[in-house]
Amino acid sequence: MNARITLAVALRVLTQLRRDHRTLAMLLVLPCVLMSLFWWMFQDSPAPIFDRLGPGLLALFPFIIMFLVTSVTTLRERASGTLERLLSMPMGKLDFLLGYAVAFGLVAAVQSGLAVALSVGLLGLDVSGPGWLLVVVAMADAVLGTALGLFVSAFAQTEFQAVQFMPAVVIPQLLLCGLFVPRDRLPALLEAISDVLPLSYAVDAMTSLVVTTQTIEVWRDLGVVAGCSLVVLALGAATLRRRTP
Amino acid sequence: MPTMSDVVVEISDLHVVRGGTPVLAGLDLTLDQGVVGLLGPSGCGKSTLLRSLVGVQEVRSGSVTVFGLPAGSPGLRTRVGYVTQSASVYDDLSVAENLRFFADVLGAGPEATARAVDLVELGDQRDQVVGRLSGGQRSRVSLAVALLQAPDLLVLDEPTVGLDPVLRRDLWGLFHRLADAGACVLVSSHVMDEAERCDRLLLMRAGQIIADGTPAEIKARTGTTDIESAFLSLVQS
Repeated sequence: MNARITLAVALRVLTQLRRDHRTLAMLLVLPCVLMSLFWWMFQDSPAPIFDRLGPGLLALFPFIIMFLVTSVTTLRERASGTLERLLSMPMGKLDFLLGYAVAFGLVAAVQSGLAVALSVGLLGLDVSGPGWLLVVVAMADAVLGTALGLFVSAFAQTEFQAVQFMPAVVIPQLLLCGLFVPRDRLPALLEAISDVLPLSYAVDAMTSLVVTTQTIEVWRDLGVVAGCSLVVLALGAATLRRRTP
Repeated sequence: MPTMSDVVVEISDLHVVRGGTPVLAGLDLTLDQGVVGLLGPSGCGKSTLLRSLVGVQEVRSGSVTVFGLPAGSPGLRTRVGYVTQSASVYDDLSVAENLRFFADVLGAGPEATARAVDLVELGDQRDQVVGRLSGGQRSRVSLAVALLQAPDLLVLDEPTVGLDPVLRRDLWGLFHRLADAGACVLVSSHVMDEAERCDRLLLMRAGQIIADGTPAEIKARTGTTDIESAFLSLVQS
């Protein structure tokens, strides 16, 4: 572990993003557009569905987007030889992974800051808890997505394969996280599965922030998400090999 | 700094298998200070041998030590410079941004970045994005990364492919200056006309080193006047 190297990786990833105007625009604008579309869908419905499902969606964007972005960028590092070069230098595996997590966590902060401001300010989402905590939860979700993306990129040989991991890793979590059917109303086995999927806690954290001012459960859920991210980052570190065949 | 007599690399009975095929089968080699050329056709195992030296190649058996430490040891990572065959730099960053990043990783200062840019003569391109440079310019950026620290062992996989003859001459001059300062510079090439520029030559074919000596020695031993003919005569005998 070396703070200088971690910071260098994070700055480099951010510089690369800054040069890629199209990706940057998509990262920042797309969640706002989708949030607005979601709000619009329920304009004519009498039940407050936007208030119930909106927060979960705020948890999903950073998770899914960072998962995709990271799995493709890391794969590119593996394929271009830059990862091999870095690992032949005094670069710790965790420095590399944490650098990515820091960079994408910061992007997620800006991304969710915009999406939360839009949802609360313009679309009338009622948030009982503190708004800044919504952004913190979103950052944790982004780091979780980054960690999972780094991990699965080890099992893909091409960018095409890497993208296919999205439906495999993300969609089951999306279906079981409580957005479609509240988790306590799932069949027992599926409820047990949803209890071990990290995205469930991310969505729970967002939802409780909206419905109650009690933040103790939010912090507990946040702890679970952060813990899972650390475990997956450690697994990801194990897949980074200095020596390759 | 290693002295003239120091052994830089010691390889004994190295076996490497890639994709089920033995690439190196019981290779022995000792390297010390100087510019060493590793010459042989594509696919003969040059890159695999270089990767083993740097410690990024999975080896089946045998030992590779560099400055007395197992290849790839943490203590070697600032002493060994490695340039892969394809440019391992970030295409979406500028020349200067690439070098600054790798310099930060290595703990080298801004003056190292400026010096590396000058050494590969990319001063005019320093703020251009690498992806828009020519192939030769991209490989020079990759070479510049290895020159950020003055490495004690510099491993270069085909670094002069596609370069302008003037720059090629200058780079060979640079390799010799590094060697004169005590470094071991191992350069692979499939172009036989680069052989004459080396202090010592290793001719490689099908995973074996078939000749080892100064260019003059190899030519004298085979009774030929150029390395290409020497290579042919060694293969046919």
